[in-house]
Amino acid sequence: MNALTMPIADGWTIARRNTLKIRRSPDLLGSAIMFPIVFVLMFAYVFGSVIDVPGMSYREFLLPGIFVQAVIMSAQITGYTLTLDLQKGIFDRFRSLPMAPSGVLIGQTVSDLLMNLASLVVMAVMGLIVGWRVHTSPYEAVLGFGLLLLFAYAFSWFTAAVALALRTPESFNNIATMLSFPLMFISNAFLDSSALPTPLRVVAEWNPVSTITQAVRDLFGNTSTAMKTSDAWPLHHAIPAALLWIAVILVVFIPLATRLYKKAVSA
Amino acid sequence: MSDAITAEGLVKRYGEVTALDGLSFAVPQGTVLALLGPNGAGKTTTVRVLTTLLRPDGGRATVAGCDVVGDARRLRSSIGLSGQYAAVDEHLTGAENLEMIGRLYHLGARRSKARARELLERFDLTDAADRPVKGYSGGMRRRIDLAGALVADPPVLFLDEPTTGLDPRARAALWDAISELVAAGSTLLLTTQYMEEADHLADQIMVVDHGRAIARGTADELKDQIGGNRIELTVTDAAELETARQTLARFAVGAVRTVPESLQITAPVTDGPESLRQVLGLLADAGVRVRDAGLRRPTLDDVYLTLTGHQASGTDPQAREAAR
Repeated sequence: MNALTMPIADGWTIARRNTLKIRRSPDLLGSAIMFPIVFVLMFAYVFGSVIDVPGMSYREFLLPGIFVQAVIMSAQITGYTLTLDLQKGIFDRFRSLPMAPSGVLIGQTVSDLLMNLASLVVMAVMGLIVGWRVHTSPYEAVLGFGLLLLFAYAFSWFTAAVALALRTPESFNNIATMLSFPLMFISNAFLDSSALPTPLRVVAEWNPVSTITQAVRDLFGNTSTAMKTSDAWPLHHAIPAALLWIAVILVVFIPLATRLYKKAVSA
Repeated sequence: MSDAITAEGLVKRYGEVTALDGLSFAVPQGTVLALLGPNGAGKTTTVRVLTTLLRPDGGRATVAGCDVVGDARRLRSSIGLSGQYAAVDEHLTGAENLEMIGRLYHLGARRSKARARELLERFDLTDAADRPVKGYSGGMRRRIDLAGALVADPPVLFLDEPTTGLDPRARAALWDAISELVAAGSTLLLTTQYMEEADHLADQIMVVDHGRAIARGTADELKDQIGGNRIELTVTDAAELETARQTLARFAVGAVRTVPESLQITAPVTDGPESLRQVLGLLADAGVRVRDAGLRRPTLDDVYLTLTGHQASGTDPQAREAAR
């Protein structure tokens, strides 16, 4: 095995391990599958009955936002399980084996990608039930889900870096909640951000969550010409901007998480 | 015979604390070295350096001919490690754990599977093979962890306190498993807090204290140095303590320890049963009433007291108790 195939083979072995683990941890499965279902129902029927978006149904507007939110939540499993593993001796075992050290993080992020895929399928079905539809071509629909998964994968590396810097499950959960809530809510995921007061509107326009959400709406055709479009560049060119965000997150957080992993396990 | 493990002047510091203070030793191929010492003596640090988990601050070391710093990746294919706490995944079954380790040694899927079944059988875990490790007892966890170290049949094994915290039965079972490995020709470096364990399993014992070797030799050589069995006497009256001490001192091969509060006297002797018989005869003649008398094997405390003059402060009480 050479330097290129080994990290992939070892990453796959670790991913298999994590998938087995997730299947046997009802709490993790619950947060990835149940939360999105609850959120779809809650937002669709509670907010949906009072919030109006011009020119389209709120549920159609909402679903891409819920997709992005679910992806952000389940990408946190990467960080959470890393902190749990850090408390045990399993990383010592891995490090004493002739495996590629990068295999651990590759495996972790890949297994969470699989989990995100499962959670997206559940949500898409839920969405179809409450009245969400794709109005573009199947090709664009696939691109939309592909973009969501790419973002999910990148975000896993971000949570991995945060987890490896904090190192305990408790502090990770606290910080992750504190970071992800503003990220999700000061955005266009659940509301028309152009209606927000100026400072919040500017934050929302440049928030990567808004960019991804807008790109997904564009790809699924969950948009309306009656809605005021933002002049902000990331929302105006949502698809390239989304790809740019994903690239930046990967370029910054893959090396950072790798470095933090080395530091965390050799302490 | 060549050396499977060599260490020359290993140094490791954690801030102000020096965990390894120029430790040097060699383990010839096919032999067992036990590092004996209390918590904080540097045993685990030594294992972590030799298994490439920790970079030494000074000195050099090789395992199976590979340098621990320069040739870490190749070294790892030649070693098996079983740690102080069981390093297995709780959510995975015993079989899944061993199979995963096999794949990470790059044995391939089929061989990893076969090897896992083989080891489960060998360690008497076949019935538990398909249950998550979460439900295993302490002894079963140690066995699956030890099995993990053997997956690739590596020539050099590191066992870091393999039996700490186990009950006597589980400990005996693990000793048997380790003895079998050694008989099959593996080189083994073992750390322990139990004199008895080192005695039972090791060819050579190195006593470590504050990251330095304070004694080394075979179990017999070490026992000659620290005395074999201990005679422990308890008298009924404080006034008789001195007579008893003087009597015992005639047989002692080392310092006689007196604990006035509990009316207890302890001394190392060579020919245990015979010495005890004579001591009791002499005490009876002198009219000293003995409440309790017995022979016991030297504990880590005795080793330390003899070699360093101070108690092994880091020894955990459970380990002290178990070693008696």
